[in-house]
Amino acid sequence: MNEEIMKEDTGTHDPSLPESPETPLKETVSTFRLVATLAVAGALAGLLIVLVNQHTKPIIDKYKAEQLKIAVYEVLPGVERYSTYYLVNDRLSLNIPEGNKDSDYRRIYVGYDILDEVSGIAISRGESGFQDVVQIIFGFNPTTGKLSGMKVLDSKETPGLGDKIFKDMAFVKQFFAGPETPLIGVKIGAGKGKPNEIDTITGATISSKVVIDIINHALEEWRPVIDRGIPKAPVVSKFEETKQ
Amino acid sequence: MNDQTLFSIFFSAMVVNNFTLAMFLGLCPFMGVSARVETALRMGLANIFVLVLTSLSAWVLNTFILESVPYLRIISFIIVVASLVQIVEMAVKKLSPTLFRQLGIFLPLMTTNCAIFGLAIFQTNRGYGFFQGLTFAVGAGLGLTLALVLMASIRESVEFSDVPEIAKGTGLVLIIAGTLSMAFMGFAGLL
Amino acid sequence: MRKTTPSQDFIRGIWNENPVLIQMLGLCPALAVTNSVKNALAMSAATFFVICCSSVLVSSCKRFIPNEVRISAYILVIATFVTLADMLLQAYAPVQHKELGAFIALIVVNCMILGRQEAFSAKNNVYRSLLDAIGTGIGFTIALVMMGGFREILGTGSFLEYSLFGANFEPWVIMVLPAGGFLTLGFILLAMGFVEQRKKTKTTLTAEQSP
Repeated sequence: MNEEIMKEDTGTHDPSLPESPETPLKETVSTFRLVATLAVAGALAGLLIVLVNQHTKPIIDKYKAEQLKIAVYEVLPGVERYSTYYLVNDRLSLNIPEGNKDSDYRRIYVGYDILDEVSGIAISRGESGFQDVVQIIFGFNPTTGKLSGMKVLDSKETPGLGDKIFKDMAFVKQFFAGPETPLIGVKIGAGKGKPNEIDTITGATISSKVVIDIINHALEEWRPVIDRGIPKAPVVSKFEETKQ
Repeated sequence: MNDQTLFSIFFSAMVVNNFTLAMFLGLCPFMGVSARVETALRMGLANIFVLVLTSLSAWVLNTFILESVPYLRIISFIIVVASLVQIVEMAVKKLSPTLFRQLGIFLPLMTTNCAIFGLAIFQTNRGYGFFQGLTFAVGAGLGLTLALVLMASIRESVEFSDVPEIAKGTGLVLIIAGTLSMAFMGFAGLL
Repeated sequence: MRKTTPSQDFIRGIWNENPVLIQMLGLCPALAVTNSVKNALAMSAATFFVICCSSVLVSSCKRFIPNEVRISAYILVIATFVTLADMLLQAYAPVQHKELGAFIALIVVNCMILGRQEAFSAKNNVYRSLLDAIGTGIGFTIALVMMGGFREILGTGSFLEYSLFGANFEPWVIMVLPAGGFLTLGFILLAMGFVEQRKKTKTTLTAEQSP
């Protein structure tokens, strides 16, 4: 009987709360009172959540940014610093248009060596794996097309099997050994020794292929953009961190 | 967004990542109503129906409302699921009183059925689009039905065998479920 | 309703009416996240937080909640605290949050929590409800850690990531997989049934001998 009430009551609703929900009608509870109770409860719930969210969000964002920084330096060995480039109107740009949200833009991380030349690009991308979305970040050299590293950022793959994509070092190391792209996944022992082969993990074929697919898809998507040229990043001193 | 093919979503939800046997969702009906094949089947079908509705509503919420307030996701999903279950209950009661009687307590119990809520959460986490969500819901529902019916048929046969006193009850059901889950692991290589 | 003492309220949930092992409630998290002790502890902590806060709030506000909408109100309360737990975990224990993933959100549909609100907090005062919630929470933790312990020791050969058996141990991978969850809980229940049966035969034997 209280369907409509509950539906409207998702917590975000208007503050025009009725003045007194405590009408002394004990026996026959009015619809008004039912609505009022749930409205008050919903408003309080929403308020509480928003308050805690305001408190925790900076902490969560800071942690994420730190994790990202560590990951970028890990998959781009030997870079001195990196800048974040956003994809704006099919072009790479260091800034996003005024008044837009940072999270609406896809981005890559361009790493520079000690001479301020582009020496590697890191891309983060997620696709659904065996259980849930697998989010990885990988680095590659735009001139040779070879990979320089890969790190799984987020994965809920089956413990003991699918989680080998980040626990099985033999698998992970292949991405740091500079394989050529596009990658192809082969069963261990079935490879023909080509430079773009990656041995998949026995028992975790799907998860390993997901990693390979993510890298291939990301490169397919980003290569044309990158080849159109990366605008020169302003030279910053080595100690001045680029913005995240 | 997500570019998984519909076929792989369907197959994954139905057998490889079977909601009950691999992700432990919807265990209450799995333990409670798996004693008879017929009730199990009916419960499964009712589940498919509610799952599809949930998937639709979750999609609507995600696309139009929760974009700007993602932190209200849990609260709005549970409210939608609860309302949905009650609307379905009222509709069934009105349209087909016979079916309503047959489903009995299982229908309202679906509110706290993790499978329904889990579907909404997983669909969101994986960024499924409209059709992907629908496929996911149907696949998951069929998977639930499959698990329920399999379990029920095993339990029907076990009933006539000589089971030690201590194993009668939930312990045995869990061990059968474990065995079924192992069997379902065999599907993992198929995708 | 039978009158109980506060200490009974507290003890009851821990063993005699253990939510997972006896009442078979909250099985979803009990099976899904117990592949390591750490995850089991994180899940227990989150559930503990949710059940205590919900019980206190529900029991203190029970006067204002009309009977017709009480279930909706309880669900609203629980969902709020689950959202809070989700955000707090993500901020202060990001690694565990990542491990548990969607199962934190699924605390909402843990029948154990709603069950305690409906069966206890709605009828008792704040103090008793809190005791009941703490007892139930501890019972839940015991069950989860027990399962997590079994599964981690057998499935990976370690306890709290501290290796127990050395390199020669071949882990029973099945134990950390879904099937292992069902089997572990199944065997725990069988063992409990066995103990129960032994107790029963003993009492009947003594009863027969004494007269």
